[in-house]
Amino acid sequence: MKEKLVLVGNGMAGVRTLEELLKIAPEKYDITVFGAEPYGNYNRILLSPVLAGEKSLDEIMLNDEQWYKDNDIALIKGKKVVGIDRKKKTVTSEDGTTSSYDRLLLSTGSNPFMIPIPGIDTPGVISFRDVYDVDQMLDASKKHKHAVVIGGGLLGLEAANGLMLQGMHVTVVHLSDTLMDRQMDSVSGNMLKTSLEQRGLQFLMEHSTEAIIGDDRVTAVRFKNGVEIAADIVVMAVGIQPNIALAESAGIYSERGIVVDDTMQTYDPTIYAVGECVQHRGSTYGLVAPLFEQAKVCANHLAEYGIGRYQGSVTSTKLKVTGIDLFSAGDFNGDEHSEELVMKDVSRGIYKKIVIKDNKISGAVMYGDTVDGAWYFQLLRDETDISDIRDNLLFGQAHLGDSGHGGHNLASQMSDATEVCGCNGVCKGEITKAITTKGLFTLDDVRAHTKASASCGSCTGLVEQIIASTLGGDYSAASNVKSICKCTEHTHEEIQTAVKAHKLTSYRAVIKHMDWNTPDGCHACRPALNYYALAAWPAEAVDDPQSRYINERVHANIQKDGTYSVVPRIWGGVTNPKELRAIADVADKYKVPTVKITGGQRIDLLGVKKQDLPLMWKDLNDSGMVSGHAYGKSLRTVKTCVGKEHCRFGTQYSMALGIKIEQLTWGSWMPHKYKIAVSGCPRNCAEATIKDFGVVAVDSGYELHVGGNGGIKVRATDLLCKVTSEEEVIEYCNAFTQMYREQAHYLERTAPWIERVGLSYVKAHVVEDQANRKKLSQRFIESQSYVQKDPWAERTTGDFQKHQFVTLKEVS
Amino acid sequence: MTHFIEVGKLEDIPQLGSRVISTVAGDVAVFRTSDDEVFALKDSCPHQGGPLSQGIVHGKKVTCPLHNWVIQLEDGEVIAPDEGCAAKYPVKVENNIVFVQL
Repeated sequence: MKEKLVLVGNGMAGVRTLEELLKIAPEKYDITVFGAEPYGNYNRILLSPVLAGEKSLDEIMLNDEQWYKDNDIALIKGKKVVGIDRKKKTVTSEDGTTSSYDRLLLSTGSNPFMIPIPGIDTPGVISFRDVYDVDQMLDASKKHKHAVVIGGGLLGLEAANGLMLQGMHVTVVHLSDTLMDRQMDSVSGNMLKTSLEQRGLQFLMEHSTEAIIGDDRVTAVRFKNGVEIAADIVVMAVGIQPNIALAESAGIYSERGIVVDDTMQTYDPTIYAVGECVQHRGSTYGLVAPLFEQAKVCANHLAEYGIGRYQGSVTSTKLKVTGIDLFSAGDFNGDEHSEELVMKDVSRGIYKKIVIKDNKISGAVMYGDTVDGAWYFQLLRDETDISDIRDNLLFGQAHLGDSGHGGHNLASQMSDATEVCGCNGVCKGEITKAITTKGLFTLDDVRAHTKASASCGSCTGLVEQIIASTLGGDYSAASNVKSICKCTEHTHEEIQTAVKAHKLTSYRAVIKHMDWNTPDGCHACRPALNYYALAAWPAEAVDDPQSRYINERVHANIQKDGTYSVVPRIWGGVTNPKELRAIADVADKYKVPTVKITGGQRIDLLGVKKQDLPLMWKDLNDSGMVSGHAYGKSLRTVKTCVGKEHCRFGTQYSMALGIKIEQLTWGSWMPHKYKIAVSGCPRNCAEATIKDFGVVAVDSGYELHVGGNGGIKVRATDLLCKVTSEEEVIEYCNAFTQMYREQAHYLERTAPWIERVGLSYVKAHVVEDQANRKKLSQRFIESQSYVQKDPWAERTTGDFQKHQFVTLKEVS
Repeated sequence: MTHFIEVGKLEDIPQLGSRVISTVAGDVAVFRTSDDEVFALKDSCPHQGGPLSQGIVHGKKVTCPLHNWVIQLEDGEVIAPDEGCAAKYPVKVENNIVFVQL
């Protein structure tokens, strides 16, 4: 016999909780849903576009009635629940329908706040909360001319914009002198006001409403200063308050909202609550992202999994008025202990302000150009120390290094046909369409459905901007505590710490120790766990080939047609006729279709059949050549220039040093690919300043550079320090490499790692702390002693991993 | 209806791994899960023809090595929101010998 779950409130938070619950425990409950409105669950966020005539009700349905049928959920719609009997465990609706429960979920949402002034009950005074309100407004806009919107906040401005687009003459009344003063400072508020005035809205700032005039119907609004303006409809949009009437009547402890703990449980252990009706750690939320986080946690506890806590959300805001980009997050006004970075360019319509406290971002407000909103928001929530990037912070993430691919940063000015994602060919129009028709809310949703920003990720900021401007005020980025994948709640850091602390030497040990919810992980987590075990326990960990991506499993790069490529190591990019002849011979012998010089000063043999790999490797081994690891999350190349050996400008022997470094670092597994270069003089012909570790020789010694990247986003290196001898170059190289190996997240290159932890942090551990540098270097050398075995040679003699290269059976 | 063909021993296929049978009609990938269930699919991802046999096997799913599409081993269906299906072949394991009906 299944337990009974009753949901009161058929809105977004409650139904999302059911969806999350059905994903993890579909058979656990008989579910009944009571909804006061006569519909399925619709996307309340998109009511503004419905009012503006851009969408219909059908288009914003998230769960139609068929969904409830398909999932065996009894939907009792159009009936408001008026009582809960906690002793008998029943709920009763206004027409007497009674339903018993084992667990009850309250998701009663919020009510619009109606100012208690004379005339507030006059017909024609409308709130902006549900489909009924929107229908009333649409109806009024066809018959009447003058609309007054009371409240110049997010909701009021969206209502005003919608009514204006329906042809009404709209006046917005606001109590303070700044529009959206809970999200905007006075400068951005005024820019917004100017822009909305140009579109045709009228404003009465610093006006306090005294009374609504009219007998059968509204005729005017009067203010405390005596001014009176004509009005055919009045929209009340001064705020919302959690709907706690039902909970209070049942004696469930409530303050401003229904009080819940971190598991979304109320003071009655059989009753849970989610959404706008909830008060958690003293806060109430009206945006969708926090509600969805609550839903996920609540579902987990309803399913009796008992893991996951909701720990509150920091929210950010966008306005859903087409063509206006604004962003706000955190404490954007600051106080006497904070400082401000401000950029203001009125003729371009751009304003940015970042509030900084103790070298961390505590708030941000932006108008016009908001592409970096998501980045600032991330820095805010991660409490990143910004002192190292402060000089470029205001100009945006693209200016941290030098900018690379892309260049678009104003999503609102892009046409629907403009390509947003260059990897997967996704245009802006496809993204907005998917968001609205498929009911998507997060970056992950959009990536899964459209593939936009799902490959290289360089357009992530743009995609987030498009999501935000489509969903408006209700969008906020995903939770800042990101688990490694869907198999677990644990983050990269938690896993790395546990691997070290509990001596977990295989992915199996991690999965068992940390309670994975899948039997053997997935393609995302298993390679990471395998790496973390190997990096922390080089002597003890056992490498698992089945937890490696195919390239590392067969030591060659898979190509689009299922063939592979072979790249022998060419130490420091310096070769000789014997090696070149050997490469030419295997290319002939195995009919290699393409031979290409790589960017890393090596030779790539492309189009090789898998079964030929060990044979080619054998021939190359016989000529003294080994694997170049061109396929791995590992050291790739050490690129060099000619240097003092031949070059008339050379200051140091860059080829010899490069070869020495490559001989010390080859074979090491890394969080991601890792490239080194050595240039013989500041002309830097080896392009060392876009490598993970770069050496630029000068007359007096060597500059050491770190965290460069020549890929998706060009990022020049940061200068780590300057040293005077080759021995020091090698010690610093070992130490920096080992610190990256031990601390970066799997698949995080040095550039984002350094931006995350800060250059000062890296310098403190590698440059300033000599004892630590020597320990890091020693650990790297020890780790290398276990891995510097040519994987090709291991696979060309005997049967080691032979099954990877031969077919199981040929059937003719 | 063709009959079951013996393709090899269970231990010839690594756990959470795959081996390939080459046939005149193209390659077939034979997968073995962590609890020793065996499945066979056409070795070609419904997306762009990637060799599924080279993917990472997890649970009763395999992830294509080319673009990370995830395919269910039991029926060849692609996990939503991607769409498609890889042809599946019946498999039986008797006395540690794997048979596939091609």
